[in-house]
Amino acid sequence: MTLLWAFIIGGLICVVGQLLIDLTKLTPARILVLFVVAGCLLSGIGWYQRLVDFAGAGALVPLPGFGHILATGVKKAVDERGLIGVITGGFTAMAGGVTVAIVFGYLAALVSKPSGDTP
Amino acid sequence: MINQSESAKQGYALLVEQASPGSKLAANSLRAFFVGGTICAVGQIFKNALLAVGMTQDNASLVAACILIVLAVLLTVVGLYSKLGKIAGAGSIVPITGFANAIASPAIEYKKEGLVLGVGAKMFLIAGPVIVYGAMASVLVGIVYYFLR
Repeated sequence: MTLLWAFIIGGLICVVGQLLIDLTKLTPARILVLFVVAGCLLSGIGWYQRLVDFAGAGALVPLPGFGHILATGVKKAVDERGLIGVITGGFTAMAGGVTVAIVFGYLAALVSKPSGDTP
Repeated sequence: MINQSESAKQGYALLVEQASPGSKLAANSLRAFFVGGTICAVGQIFKNALLAVGMTQDNASLVAACILIVLAVLLTVVGLYSKLGKIAGAGSIVPITGFANAIASPAIEYKKEGLVLGVGAKMFLIAGPVIVYGAMASVLVGIVYYFLR
């Protein structure tokens, strides 16, 4: 059941992004920034966790899910370390995904030739 | 007669113009929905499989995300992710795979500017702002949470 909701909720979050691209002058980069910040703040007030409980990867895989990971990480770190957690929680939480993306992105650059097909 | 058909043509052109932004909007949204939804469903399938072999929720989520990231980088290397992007629009930008593509793609393109200021710096062309604003938002959440918890 979570699989179906992952498809639907994940799809709908992408539709929000598509509508922002088509109806506003926001560039994809600005939308990604907006989504991460929105996910982090919505998670901060506890709303995003409900979506995660319900839709699993449908809420975690889109970029607001990245913001959610940051918010849950910082809360956990504040619980464990107090104010120090404020400055360690976010980066600790995103470390895994960002490191994998950097390492494989770097290896990709080493083995590939530029195509002129800019992002 | 000519005038009539001319005006009919113009009328038709006008109709097309009026109808197409909406239908283009719907078509774009539909494609974004299916591709984005599918990527998330694939992520859920990975996560379910990892939970089944005994991983914790948090670890299964992280590893599933990492698998998606690696797959997206591989698709970027063979040039398929940009093709997917032309069809899917936000459906391929908004998921974590789009973040991975946003790192790998400029890393590859700017290789000609060197390994340090090319690959090393341009890798963060889009991922950089995401990380910067993500960090800012997380600090804000952390401070508020510290005082309100």
